[in-house]
Amino acid sequence: MYTASDLRKGLKVEIDGDPYIVTDFEFSKPGKGQALYRTRLKNMVTGNAFERTFRSNDKFHRAPLEERTMQFLYSQTDEFHFMDNKTFEQIVITREQLGDNVNFLIDNMEVDILLFKERPIGVTLPNFVNLVVVRADPWAKGDTSGSDTKPVTVETGYTLQVPPFIEEGDKLQIDTRTGQYLTRVKE
Amino acid sequence: MAYSLLRPRAEIIQAIRTFFINREYLEVDTPIRLPCLIPEAHIEPEQSAGWLLQTSPEMCMKRLLAAGLPRIFQICRCFRRRERGSRHLPEFTMLEWYRSGIDYADLMAECAELLRFVAATVDCPDKSAAALLGKADWQYLTVQQAFALHAPLTVDQALAEDRFDEMVVRYLEPRLGGRRPTFLHDYPASLGSLARLKNGDNSVAERFELYVKGLELANGFSELTDAAEQRQRFMRERAIIESQGRQSGPMPERFLAELGELQSAAGIALGVDRLVMLLCGAGSIDEVVAFTPESL
Repeated sequence: MYTASDLRKGLKVEIDGDPYIVTDFEFSKPGKGQALYRTRLKNMVTGNAFERTFRSNDKFHRAPLEERTMQFLYSQTDEFHFMDNKTFEQIVITREQLGDNVNFLIDNMEVDILLFKERPIGVTLPNFVNLVVVRADPWAKGDTSGSDTKPVTVETGYTLQVPPFIEEGDKLQIDTRTGQYLTRVKE
Repeated sequence: MAYSLLRPRAEIIQAIRTFFINREYLEVDTPIRLPCLIPEAHIEPEQSAGWLLQTSPEMCMKRLLAAGLPRIFQICRCFRRRERGSRHLPEFTMLEWYRSGIDYADLMAECAELLRFVAATVDCPDKSAAALLGKADWQYLTVQQAFALHAPLTVDQALAEDRFDEMVVRYLEPRLGGRRPTFLHDYPASLGSLARLKNGDNSVAERFELYVKGLELANGFSELTDAAEQRQRFMRERAIIESQGRQSGPMPERFLAELGELQSAAGIALGVDRLVMLLCGAGSIDEVVAFTPESL
């Protein structure tokens, strides 16, 4: 149980049955008056944000969040199946919940899944993944556009800009947080 | 640059001393660790091996006043638990001064003179703040007037809904003292535990606060000198403290016993760190102290 004086940026609390993260926090108090804790809260499921002011005696429950490492098994249409390698428990996450993460997800990849009351609400991939190029147009010599990158498509179907020397079959290291090319990986 | 505001801070404190010494105030230094404190509904003291750290030097200073010292000032450290924000430190520097034979109106005038003197004496980084304090026509607004101007509720509604402080923080503070320093005065009687009620209107207390650029700088009042009435009000404060699940500590009996000796007087507390913030254009109190608790 938290009280308002525990509030700070980054704290995760449960309000009306949903998990919220405190994204902004300000303590105010007239010298002789009551303390007020002004916060901006973001719903960790819907992403909706709102402002709310709390008082000293307000109490909150810690948002019951659990992070588990799970392995990506396979996808079927828009459903992605993951398994906990210790308990063999399986869960399903939708494409919508995964967002941009689908661009970097390959079979057997280990990811961290955030669960709220057993319900998956977020997925964190490794910061860097290696993906194979499945389509790369040859570099047009004498290209006068001045561009020093070209688009390629990797095994997940994701398309990104890379240097001209990249060819089909190359393995690329990609930053999953930005979606950008980092380097070519030599086997 | 780190520590760059320590020089103007020192100069501001020096100017405050000069002002009071020129006016024949005696500088005092009273103990900061005490066996009992004045009970305050919304101020939580820090424990210190069975005693308490002062949340203000008020109790000791008023005992000196009652003992016959007519003009005293003190610049000291005060401690308030759980107060931490961009304008709050749990250990901060307070200026308090007390003077016998005057009331809150005289004290507001003296407070304005002090701040004009400091702004004119010290070469402050924020010239616009210094110019603001240098203005001659400070604003005087009653709490009633300020609520009518800025708040969605009246004072009575706010008190009935226990939302007075919320109204002050959300609607009044940000709009006060922007063009010239503003004294907010005549607080509801229930919000001036140590203040005398106004002559001719006992619904309000002779209490004021000073706001400059939305920053609460000072709180002062005409002192209540009726010991029996003061005991009643302390009982009310203690009841609120206990309703919050806190312990109210021993009653300040010596203070109450000596209060009867006190002639009419007025006293004021001014946040020195906040004054430095204002005159240095600092956005956070962290910028004007040598160390914050987190940096120790």
